[in-house]
Amino acid sequence: MDDYPILEMKNIQKAFPGVLANDNISLEIKRGEVHALLGENGAGKTTLMNILFGIYHPDHGEILINGKKTVIHSPQDAINDRIGMVQQHFALVPSFTVAENVILGLKNFGFIIKTKQVEQQIKELGERYSLPVHPKARVWTLSVGERQRIEILKLLYTGANILILDEPTAVLTPQETRQLFSAIRKLVQEGSSVIFISHKLDEVLEISDRISVLRNGKNAGTLNRNEVDRRTLVQRMVGRDVLLDQEKPKVESGPVKIEIKDLSVKNDKGLMAVKNLSLKIHGGEILGIAGVAGNGQKELAEAIYGLRPIETGRIQMAGEDLHHRSIKKRIQSGLSFIPQDRKSIATCPNLSVMSNIFMKNAIPGLKKSSAWNMQIKQMHEKAGELIQNFSISTPSTKTRVRYLSGGNLQKVVLARELSNNPSVIIAEHPTRGLDIGAMEFVYQALLEEKKKGSAILLLAGELYEIFRLSDRVAVIYEGQIMGYTPPDPSYTEKIGFMMAGTREDSIHEN
Amino acid sequence: MKIKIEKRLNTPRYLSLVVPILSIFAALLIMFIILTIFFMGRMGSFQGAFSETVSAYKELIAWPFFNQYGLYSTISKMVPLAFVALGLSFAYKMKIWNIGGEGQLYMGALAATWAALFLFRGITSPLLLITLVAIFSAIAGALWALIPALMKAYAKTDEIVVTLMLNYVAIFWVDYLVYGPWRDPKGFGFPGTAAFPEPAMLPTFFDGNVHIGIFIAIAFAILLQYINLKTQWGFNSKIVGDNIKAATYSGIKVKKYTIISLVVSGSIAGLGGGVQMMGMQHRLMHGFSPGYGYTAIIVAWLAKLNPIAVIFVSFLFGGLLVGNDQLQMFYKLPISLISIFQGLVLFCLLGGEAIAAYRLKIEKAEEATANE
Repeated sequence: MDDYPILEMKNIQKAFPGVLANDNISLEIKRGEVHALLGENGAGKTTLMNILFGIYHPDHGEILINGKKTVIHSPQDAINDRIGMVQQHFALVPSFTVAENVILGLKNFGFIIKTKQVEQQIKELGERYSLPVHPKARVWTLSVGERQRIEILKLLYTGANILILDEPTAVLTPQETRQLFSAIRKLVQEGSSVIFISHKLDEVLEISDRISVLRNGKNAGTLNRNEVDRRTLVQRMVGRDVLLDQEKPKVESGPVKIEIKDLSVKNDKGLMAVKNLSLKIHGGEILGIAGVAGNGQKELAEAIYGLRPIETGRIQMAGEDLHHRSIKKRIQSGLSFIPQDRKSIATCPNLSVMSNIFMKNAIPGLKKSSAWNMQIKQMHEKAGELIQNFSISTPSTKTRVRYLSGGNLQKVVLARELSNNPSVIIAEHPTRGLDIGAMEFVYQALLEEKKKGSAILLLAGELYEIFRLSDRVAVIYEGQIMGYTPPDPSYTEKIGFMMAGTREDSIHEN
Repeated sequence: MKIKIEKRLNTPRYLSLVVPILSIFAALLIMFIILTIFFMGRMGSFQGAFSETVSAYKELIAWPFFNQYGLYSTISKMVPLAFVALGLSFAYKMKIWNIGGEGQLYMGALAATWAALFLFRGITSPLLLITLVAIFSAIAGALWALIPALMKAYAKTDEIVVTLMLNYVAIFWVDYLVYGPWRDPKGFGFPGTAAFPEPAMLPTFFDGNVHIGIFIAIAFAILLQYINLKTQWGFNSKIVGDNIKAATYSGIKVKKYTIISLVVSGSIAGLGGGVQMMGMQHRLMHGFSPGYGYTAIIVAWLAKLNPIAVIFVSFLFGGLLVGNDQLQMFYKLPISLISIFQGLVLFCLLGGEAIAAYRLKIEKAEEATANE
């Protein structure tokens, strides 16, 4: 009986209007394995897992658990079938303790809550799987990594033996990732199975026993770890070969284009998010800022661009103070901003590609266009040109951008932000959510601007991206720069320490 | 067989014409039932009620659209509607919900009266006097809209509530004046001012049956259409309307746009009040507007905020108003039934819009059962 795979999903099909999210996907999970689901965004990973967890219902196909056909109507059914899922966004009550949060996830916690007993069990579980948390700690005092541990403990406590982890490392420092991985290994040793969803190749290669690659809603093949390398995985993911590691163009660095001195900025909650931060970027230089999300990157970018007031300090572009300049003036003096949130900040979803490209009214090269007589036809022509240059795939310049894919939407933003001869570019997570093809396009476009002499501030979560593009790497932690390193993977560990708040000068290498 | 309802990815173009027409038909149909029931109460038999309703419907449509004098009334009624609806659609483009067209219309009429009767009493040149009165009415409407505009821009108050409340304030202002200080002493106690002087009356045509306000409205519609399509203002206001964050990010000063759009919106509605005074009423009276400012909301909406379409829809609604008056006069219908009808039209339109966003998908039987 033990020969059955613990879980089988057969010919799963799920359609949403206009998209076939899962197209006849079959998947088999063995007992005691880490099975990675790898795929670009929109490949159908999350849909498939939401079906398994009972959030969606498949149009076709069946699910077998221990060889028995099972219908999962709801997450409660899934939990009863010992399936657990850690979503990307945690479902914890911040003011409750760890133990109380675990109890909250139970269906039958009885009339009198045996908190003491639960606390003891959590402690034991935590020790057993090296997921140390203090059961009495209040959740709001804990780091993201610790919160994730609680989510996993919640699942273990309910007895789950199939654990779905949806992009678990997206929010973790390298050290926390390491800890998570060792916990996953323990879990698997004890006979649980882990489904690890990710689009990060290196992590997938490190942790998994088998890898299923999803592409365009189809299973592009399940492979054993020892049969594959980066290149084959990339090929499976995008269906073609992509040059991942290319040389950076050598550019002589020009004069200082932007200088920030002792900048302090508050976040939305009124707390200081950027603290006395100083930095300088030369023309033709890309400064990469590494850091765990939420350490002041967003506030820094918004303050430079003028979307957020500054508390103290100065921002100078080409020697001129930006303090009292409106966003419009900053745009006119050559400041470009590629925000992380392209849907809610950088584009108007219901307007045409052309309108979005000309949103800032700042693209040069239009003849006889004025505020009272805009040359709409000419603007469409120019937009058509940019659509070609940036290989945006859209039916026409009049298509509403909400119908474009994430990659094409980002290309629209790039077309606008880079066609204004920018002297300084702020790029905030410019490839978040993009597939590898679009990612490479973004990289090339940014490197092209660097060659033209722009100064680029790159705020990115993934170290890979930072190494790939930057000339220098600065590490940010709680709004302060912890130190600089060269853009080389051999500094990963050092960067990791700095990302966790250790200053450069206090790291002793041994 | 199984029928599934799913969201449309994009709406086919023909629907933007078909949906409003069907919606109005649906409203007419529901109203037909209501009227029949109403007449049954009055006449006692279904047959009598039915034929009475049919003849009422004939009156509703034939008089305002197919009779020469009916058409004159229709055109006269549509002018204030068109002005207010043009003003409203200007603000609605930016998703600023000015519900205060009625108040702005009243304030425009008030200022026009002030200018024509008191301020510029002595001016005899019609061109100069009409221009001055028009400017005064536009400024009054603009100032009335400036209040919610400033409150929205600087205190983030909701413009819907403020503009709506200001309507009552404006109406009461007018009432105070026409019952009090401005009442015409020779008016036999009627709550209205004295008549405008001759030079402050708009020229007319068709034997004095129609005044030139209609042409001013059409000119404004063309101007607004130009602004929407060809100017930076029109371009940027679409951005503000679609995504305020993106507008801020693009360097558009959203506060400035908010204030200007409401103020311009109010000034056009105010001008409508002035034109109504100079062209139709020739005196400020208690309750001179049968809710033009509210009907104009429906008009602007039905026209999809397109200024040219506003003119056509105003014509349609002007006709409905005239038809309603006919029904009131000849069939002794209470005014509340007329309000019900207008509500039905709006209700059906909005409902039609919502339904048009979906489509039916019919699945074959075996697929459906395989699903269960």
